[in-house]
Amino acid sequence: MSMEQKILIVDDSEMNRAILTDILGGEYDIIEAENGVEGVANIQKYGVEIALVLLDVVMPVMDGFGVLDMMHKHRWIEDIPVIMISSESGSAFVERAYELGVSDFISRPFDALVVHRRVVNTILLYAKQKKLISMVADQIYENEQQSNLMIDILSHIVEFRNGESGQHVRHVHTLTELLLTNLVQRTDRYPLTRRDISMISTASALHDIGKISIDEAILNKPGKLTDEEFIIMKSHSRIGADMLEGLTMYQDEPLVKTAYQICRWHHERYDGRGYPDGLKGDEIPISAQIVALADVYDALTSERVYKKAFSHDTAVEMIVAGKCGAFNPLVLECLMDVAPRLQEELGKEGKSYGSTDDVNNLAREMMSSEELTVSGRTLQLLEREREKYSFFAAMSQEIQFEYNTSPPMLTLSPWGAERLDISELVMDPGNNPRVLELLGPNVWDDVVKLLRATDPEKPVIQYDFKLHLGEESRWHRVVARAMWSPDEPREYQGAIGKAIDIHDSRTRLEDLERAATHDAMTGLLNHASAKKLIEDRLDDLKCNYALVIFDLDHFKSANDTYGHMFGDEVLKHMAEKLKQSVRGSDIAARVGGDEFLFFVRYEEEVEPIVSRIFHALIGQYEDFTISVSMGIACADTVGRVYDNLFRAADQALYAVKRAGRGKYRFYDDSMSQMLSVISPIDKTGDIVENKDR
Amino acid sequence: MTLQECYAAMGGNFDDVIGRLRSEKLVQKFVLKFLNDDSYELLNSSIASGNYTEAFRAAHTIKGVCQNLSFVRLQDSSARLTEALRDGNWNDEVAALVEEVRGDYQATADAIRTLAGQ
Repeated sequence: MSMEQKILIVDDSEMNRAILTDILGGEYDIIEAENGVEGVANIQKYGVEIALVLLDVVMPVMDGFGVLDMMHKHRWIEDIPVIMISSESGSAFVERAYELGVSDFISRPFDALVVHRRVVNTILLYAKQKKLISMVADQIYENEQQSNLMIDILSHIVEFRNGESGQHVRHVHTLTELLLTNLVQRTDRYPLTRRDISMISTASALHDIGKISIDEAILNKPGKLTDEEFIIMKSHSRIGADMLEGLTMYQDEPLVKTAYQICRWHHERYDGRGYPDGLKGDEIPISAQIVALADVYDALTSERVYKKAFSHDTAVEMIVAGKCGAFNPLVLECLMDVAPRLQEELGKEGKSYGSTDDVNNLAREMMSSEELTVSGRTLQLLEREREKYSFFAAMSQEIQFEYNTSPPMLTLSPWGAERLDISELVMDPGNNPRVLELLGPNVWDDVVKLLRATDPEKPVIQYDFKLHLGEESRWHRVVARAMWSPDEPREYQGAIGKAIDIHDSRTRLEDLERAATHDAMTGLLNHASAKKLIEDRLDDLKCNYALVIFDLDHFKSANDTYGHMFGDEVLKHMAEKLKQSVRGSDIAARVGGDEFLFFVRYEEEVEPIVSRIFHALIGQYEDFTISVSMGIACADTVGRVYDNLFRAADQALYAVKRAGRGKYRFYDDSMSQMLSVISPIDKTGDIVENKDR
Repeated sequence: MTLQECYAAMGGNFDDVIGRLRSEKLVQKFVLKFLNDDSYELLNSSIASGNYTEAFRAAHTIKGVCQNLSFVRLQDSSARLTEALRDGNWNDEVAALVEEVRGDYQATADAIRTLAGQ
């Protein structure tokens, strides 16, 4: 962080920015932005390093109110003061600006001294306020720690008298918190804030203080209590409540009120058969209902003088089966919900009651009713994280991004933005022409669809696409994590992720695939892959198909006369001719040597197609006269088994050879006993050459 | 020509601007910069292409700059043009105001050019 504080000036007139820079530039580090979007991008980039924003109203792309909206949505307005400068001075206008959280409003034409003074004052005021917030948070933390300590000591006295483990209070506290948190997620029947939950959990520690006045002989009696003893034992709930009622000075303290409810009614039953008052259903305060369940669960799973410990599963089973009292069905649902996590949560050694998180949350609630504000200390930590992040982002040479759904906004790492030739902040990226140009159609929508379809437990997606960078299109893989809101109901809020260039590895893979399925010399399919494709098509019974095999007449003599190099040229030439003559939907392949095949679909008659291709293939290549012999087998006469088709076409080809070459013939039954040119086909699909004809 | 005479020639208020910005040097620097501001060209081109929202913003910016520099006459006409363009419609009143702004702009620009010795 630089020593000079940063001021962001957002104004579309260069002249206005220059005047303000002249007024303030001596003392502050000035960042200029010429419209709202640039302003927002800078706030995103520098965060709380910006000590103040000077904001114009009427600007292209995004106006000053747009910037304020964004600052609200991202809660920047709570930490970065804004002074609005405008020649608009209608009172409705000024009022709206103040409503949106600006600290001050300066109208044009402004006085240099006034601008300077107000900027300095506002920055000082904000710094003071931040300090105050963090002081209050520290104070609350300290108070909370002390009162927790007192409660801890008090409840342990009770516990040790009871001969309990010392863990009971801790367990009831944790259980109460878990159950209540689950309860408020499940229903709004009991409107409890996070603060209420924290307070009930704290007060839960006092549930058995009444036992302080019960005779130790009864408390720690190993066997069953007599009726008389049980009546004395039962009195502890009322006694505890009376003790709290005796604290006349603190009667209005919510903690005391809650503790009273818990002490008095944590042995009531939902069916009305509990003690001391026989309250029924929701007559029993929810705090007491929850603590009662927590108390029972922990009593069951702990060893006591009068009983052994039950396992976690047995305890939950017994409670749900109604063997240990009657509970609110909703509360039982909560228990079943948290049951799988219980053992782990209770096992956490020495979980302190007022964790820093809890206290910060409380402080936040106190500072601004329900509004989240952050203490200076947290801000510093955030700032450090942000610096770390931007350092690594700059090092990594990856296109890193963050996407927010509301408002739709894409933020790119500086390196990524430069690579894509797009600004670091893109509003409404789904409809941005440059984004569309880079991604091509559908990619954006596909990725968003994938992200939306995730859930908070499995938020990571992966998607490969071609990135169009000018002339070049390169395969990229985007790996992204959907961001879900922390509070229930979980809402999809956007994503973070990166796009990695996988072009080279992907192309290598494609090359390998191609090498495996194609003939290296001619570039036609090889026989094995052609066979696979043809077999797939033969499954489609609606179509007529013919398989055609042909070879070059007198090819051996071409090799002998002109050499093998020339022979290869002839084969390449043939392959080219074949490629040009078949239709896009047909399949053409080199079987091996000078044998080729093609496979065509036809409607009525196949002969015109075959004849056309036959005539296209023959002719002259340099001094060599190309003549081919061709055998054809149709699926409707031979059937749809590839090997049979191939054999039949092969036999037809043999028939042509025997009759003097240079023709094509269709397979018919008269040929069924004929020898073949290229059979047999062994199991792996390789061709065993049989050239002695 | 002095800065003060330049203000008099364009119908500006020299005392006011010195009162606010407090430095003759600073004022002179920004007065000379005025000719580089492209808002006036933007105003003309957006009116030519019928983009009155853009024209509104350009007029608004001219007004703001004039307020900062106390170019009273041009500020006055550009302020009226801004209001006339606010709802984005074209009419005779707007047309007349555009002509007025053009006249005031030329007078202002001429005075500044003389000051700059051009």
